[in-house]
Amino acid sequence: MTTTLKPATAARAAGHQPGPLALALRQGRLELTQFLRSRESVVFTMGFPIVMILIFAAVFDGEIAPGVSFPQYFITGMIAAGLMTVSFQNLGIWIPIERDRGVLKRYRGTPMPKWVYFAGKVIMVVVVGVVETALLLAVSVAAFDLQLPGTATKWLTFGWVSVLGITACTLCGIAISSLARTARSGSAVVTPVALILQFTSGVFFVFTELPSWMQQVAALFPLKWMCQGLRSVFLPDTFAGQEPGGSYELGRVALVLAAWCVIGLLLCLGTFRWTTRRDG
Amino acid sequence: MDNELAIVARGLRKAYGKNVAVAGVDLEVRRGEVFALLGPNGAGKTTTVEILEGYRRRDAGEVSVLGSDPANPAADWRNRIGIVLQGVGEFDELSVSELVHHFAGFYADADDPEKVIARVGLAGKARARTHTLSGGQKRRLDVALGIIGRPELLFLDEPTTGFDPEARREFWQLIRDLAAAGTTIVLTTHYLDEAEALADRVGVIAGGRLIEVAAPEHLGNRQQAHATVSWRTPEGRTESTESATPTEVVTELAARFDGEVPGLTVTRPTLEDIYLKMIGHR
Repeated sequence: MTTTLKPATAARAAGHQPGPLALALRQGRLELTQFLRSRESVVFTMGFPIVMILIFAAVFDGEIAPGVSFPQYFITGMIAAGLMTVSFQNLGIWIPIERDRGVLKRYRGTPMPKWVYFAGKVIMVVVVGVVETALLLAVSVAAFDLQLPGTATKWLTFGWVSVLGITACTLCGIAISSLARTARSGSAVVTPVALILQFTSGVFFVFTELPSWMQQVAALFPLKWMCQGLRSVFLPDTFAGQEPGGSYELGRVALVLAAWCVIGLLLCLGTFRWTTRRDG
Repeated sequence: MDNELAIVARGLRKAYGKNVAVAGVDLEVRRGEVFALLGPNGAGKTTTVEILEGYRRRDAGEVSVLGSDPANPAADWRNRIGIVLQGVGEFDELSVSELVHHFAGFYADADDPEKVIARVGLAGKARARTHTLSGGQKRRLDVALGIIGRPELLFLDEPTTGFDPEARREFWQLIRDLAAAGTTIVLTTHYLDEAEALADRVGVIAGGRLIEVAAPEHLGNRQQAHATVSWRTPEGRTESTESATPTEVVTELAARFDGEVPGLTVTRPTLEDIYLKMIGHR
């Protein structure tokens, strides 16, 4: 970025233009500011998983297996669905609106490097995702004695599953944003995809109780693997025998999520549009 | 490329499917000049300008904008141009000041945000969220974002649409100040009086072609156009005649009426008359 200075003005600009890291952080701060100020998206994004887990805890009272309460099982789906909401749904709905309003066109008319826009979105998604997950856990611990992971290894697994999952969902959200031709169609494209994945990936039902063909379809997409990875964190090791593969298959979780990161990135690079089709 | 020229385009073409939007435009804009592109909707104005701005790819032709091909510009090219878009209200949740400060960070040689806000007349609204601004104030914010990088070349797309007359006058003064400071300005407009008030040269675009480029006072040979003299006959009818020598006609009429000629007017075609005649041929 520092090589783009005009020679005649370099002296004046030297301490003036932010470097790449600062550019990304500024963009992230701007995105967060915009998100936090649109109060309804804060309330719904943050509140949705919390309300859902409270409903589940109220409906399914009891144990799914000896020593494993229903909320202990469903928290994994709620965390995964929450991460997917802040990344995949949020971006898949908002980017078409920004494209339609000309936000992207406006950025393209400035010297801002293209990647800074995506960096800003990623920072926003990660911060909101962390806060939202922390709130969800805090409420769950207070409301129905959720057992937090007991070992450092489990926390580490929690970390990498979340990071890989939110990365894959972010990239897929950016990619799917190009399918919507207008601002209004963003949520029409994204919402059914998200809902179907949530129903088939073990967010709302116990995964192993789903028909096996449905399990196999869900296994093509990242959400199922995020849930499975998180079950290894929040459920006892003895529960692993109840998984479809007879274990939590953490290696396969990492592989599928990483593959979706690559697929998402390729889709983004190949299909991202800065202007609407009407604009050419 | 010639250093005296900010923009050179030769044989510019662009088609959308079978619809040819730009059908071979040749255009030169000198450094420091205010150039207005005038034309009806769908004439190819916006497509032409967006190719120059690097938003669209051309199908054929050569283009140089500040020495770079906009389709593949030099690294610092975007630092040197400013674009005032037609869009309004994309950043509803941010304040004027936050937005202008943020965009200043994109440029190597940005102007002082507070100064720019004051310059476009939004000093009193600096803390206001952009969604609370009126239409005219939003356009001023668009201008602020266009000029924050201290561009050598500024594109303005129908900048005063929706302005009240006073706001337009203020805006024109801002454009004149920028031009006086050496900024090259390319503006598209529907308003002929705006082109006449601001532009050194006007290009009329119709049917995807640039049909004439001239100083506003010379457009369509306006300076040579005949004047129309009209008057009222004693029977109460209005008569008129076109003449290259209207004074002669008036002298003759004065003699005929033995003094005051009833209902006498002498008019020359306005820029609008000339322009409508030009695009009417298409």
